[in-house]
Amino acid sequence: MSEITLQIDGRKVEAKEGMTILEAAQSVGISIPTLCHHEKLEPYGACRICTVEIEARGRTNLVAACLYPVEQNLVVRTRSEKVDKTRKVLLELILAHAPDAAELQDLAQEYGADKARFEKESSFCILCGLCVRYCAEVKKKNAIGFVDRGVRREVIFIPEIASKECWNCKECFPLCPTEALQATFLLTKALMSPSPPCDPESEE
Amino acid sequence: MPRINSPAELEELRKGILSKRDPNKPCITLCSGTACHASGSEEVAASIEEEIKKQGLSAKVDFRKTGCHGFCEKGPIIVIHPEKICYLQIEPKDVPEIISQTIKEKKVIERLLYTDPGTNEKIIHEFEIPFYKNQERLVFGSNGEIDPASIDDYLALGGYSALAKALSQMTSEQVLEEVKKSNLRGRGGGGFPAGRKWEECRNAPGEIKYVIVNADEGDPGAYMDRSLLEGNPHSVLEGLTIGAYAIGSHEGYIYVRQEYPLAVENVGIAIQQAREYGFLGENIFGSGFDFTIKVHRGAGAFVSGESSALMTAIEGKVGEPRPKYIHTAVKGVRDRPSCLNNVETWATVPLIISKGADWFAQLGTEGSKGTKIFSLVGKVNNTGLVEVPMGITLRDIIYKLGGGIPGGKRFKAVQTGGPSGGCIPEEQLDMKVDFDELAKAGSMMGSGGMIVMDEDTCMVDVARYFLDFLADESCGKCVPCREGIRQMLKILTNISKGKGKEDDIELLEELSEVTRDASLCALGRTAANPVLSTIRYFRDEYEAHIKEKRCPAYVCKALISYYIDPEKCQACMICLRQCPAGAIAGGKSQIHVIDQEKCTKCGTCFEVCPPRFGAVKKISGEPVPPPIPEEARMIARESKGK
Repeated sequence: MSEITLQIDGRKVEAKEGMTILEAAQSVGISIPTLCHHEKLEPYGACRICTVEIEARGRTNLVAACLYPVEQNLVVRTRSEKVDKTRKVLLELILAHAPDAAELQDLAQEYGADKARFEKESSFCILCGLCVRYCAEVKKKNAIGFVDRGVRREVIFIPEIASKECWNCKECFPLCPTEALQATFLLTKALMSPSPPCDPESEE
Repeated sequence: MPRINSPAELEELRKGILSKRDPNKPCITLCSGTACHASGSEEVAASIEEEIKKQGLSAKVDFRKTGCHGFCEKGPIIVIHPEKICYLQIEPKDVPEIISQTIKEKKVIERLLYTDPGTNEKIIHEFEIPFYKNQERLVFGSNGEIDPASIDDYLALGGYSALAKALSQMTSEQVLEEVKKSNLRGRGGGGFPAGRKWEECRNAPGEIKYVIVNADEGDPGAYMDRSLLEGNPHSVLEGLTIGAYAIGSHEGYIYVRQEYPLAVENVGIAIQQAREYGFLGENIFGSGFDFTIKVHRGAGAFVSGESSALMTAIEGKVGEPRPKYIHTAVKGVRDRPSCLNNVETWATVPLIISKGADWFAQLGTEGSKGTKIFSLVGKVNNTGLVEVPMGITLRDIIYKLGGGIPGGKRFKAVQTGGPSGGCIPEEQLDMKVDFDELAKAGSMMGSGGMIVMDEDTCMVDVARYFLDFLADESCGKCVPCREGIRQMLKILTNISKGKGKEDDIELLEELSEVTRDASLCALGRTAANPVLSTIRYFRDEYEAHIKEKRCPAYVCKALISYYIDPEKCQACMICLRQCPAGAIAGGKSQIHVIDQEKCTKCGTCFEVCPPRFGAVKKISGEPVPPPIPEEARMIARESKGK
């Protein structure tokens, strides 16, 4: 692993090849906000709150810090007018789903995001995928997953697995930045609630 | 089939095939591509076969079911070789006459010929029809001559000789240099130089490398890759194999959507045949180079056309894009170097190797070489697939090839590049079509979709349509794409319903910017193009919707009303009888009046009102005049004959 020197917010930062911008920044105490990131999980790059501005090969670009690999002489700005504006709009889009989620309030204040800018959406879930990925990558159960795509994408428990695995685990609950996960679980549980045992004898 | 072990054996084989074919023997080719299939070519084929037998001509005439000829507007199409007599819109009932007159008697049947709408002149030969005459059909041209299920047809035209040349006379470096020198740019979307991608993949560390054909074409209205893969699959296989040799890959994938059954079938047959001749497999042409191809059938997702999503799908996972901060050419399928190009790009490669990079680079413009196949659809007379040199103007494509706008309507815009492209207005019709010019105009080449729109098209509605498509087709993983599209679609829907607000345009622009800058993949990064380009060129239409609650093209139902002009209504009862909502009051000799409460704005009355009366009007942005009083509705008619 060779050493790489890059610049983050004007500071010279030493990093190892293969590290991401987020890891390099964290190693020297520079904080970059994240929502879908978790140290036990593979980087995912869905919430884009960790968007930072980079200068590489003479061009300025916005990239996701949780995914972008460090490069020699890379110049990173974790705050800029463009970065802040992007994070503000992203937060407003997320807040349309979960306006009262505790984790979002400080970020909203920091970036001046208006939680009522967009009309409230029906689902609280912001599809960060922490529960889905934790269950797959750490617990290796795949009891919860994504269904559908585009604006209809949602998270559901897979009843056949969830009925066996979830009741005694629930380790994904504290990961959820909104209340959506518990609601989904309760709904699934209600749907799975034991129906009268099927007695083949009684059938005509 | 004999296994072909050297270029010399290939040439022998080709000569053998040609020696069995008499170039002067009549051959009927029938377009059997998907478009013509839909307009009945299968029935036509059956009657041709039957009629040839019936008239005792089995030994005297050949019949070949080919791929798409391109002139889909006029399908099913028959071309009779060697003269190239072209008959259009053939039905089974025309077939006996074609066989008895044209094949037996060498007489041309006037009524089946193309009629020039301008001059009313009948045109006999395919190559003289303006739609074809103004094309440069290098890649697509063989489609009309080849039975896609016959490798011999492809070989007869010199097929696989480019591969033989590459493997026997050129080093892999030389092949790569040739493609680099040709400046071939990827025909699938972004227009990335193919040679550079190949080189990056070639130089990437790793023993196992993949080459991939992207046949997941999913833009509404675009079907050039489909037609090429259906009609000339060997050209794609040959190009892919040449690329694999240049890159140092021994495994290829063809990712084709399952919704393209004919393409799936034909490419499967082609692989089998190529394997039997030894054009695929081990030690191809005795060169020591091995290469195999697998077909991966897509499960129907627009986003899987994005290269990283496609590669994820090949791995057996849900086709979701992943970050490409490290290019897929370095880290693609199973994290191995993977070089992906679309169907048309691969099919162009054999031409470059056969005829040379210099020949290719003299076609087209400074930054975009060669030809491009466009799918010309929408409000244009000659819909179909056209192949033209880069640098042709939009005006030439739409008017010279496309024959202009039907019904004497005015051209309004052309949407290029599919849902990620933009709408280009009339002022820019003289723009030279190439990758860079289209991008400058706020659109893109994309894979070559071209949707022509006339004056009856509402540009807010167009933007709404494409965002609606993308809202379904986004994978939904990242926030800016999923939520940005969701909010933009809501705003556009509101505007089209007359609920637009003063600052909606600015909000759309702000959301567009974030979606473009922060999205994970190209689908999100280009999703706002239809919004931005329509705002850029048709801002007045947005403003009319928002400020005046008026739809200038009379499309947005919530903003229009239908009204019968009492001065013009002849009380003919036609609209009254046909109104599905029963919203029209009146009677014989009683002027008709639309009940605005009941009207569903389906437009039936507008369509059925005889043009000589022209009594039904569309109104937008102004109140509907009050109905005329009942006592004034009687029409005093002078009875006829007096």
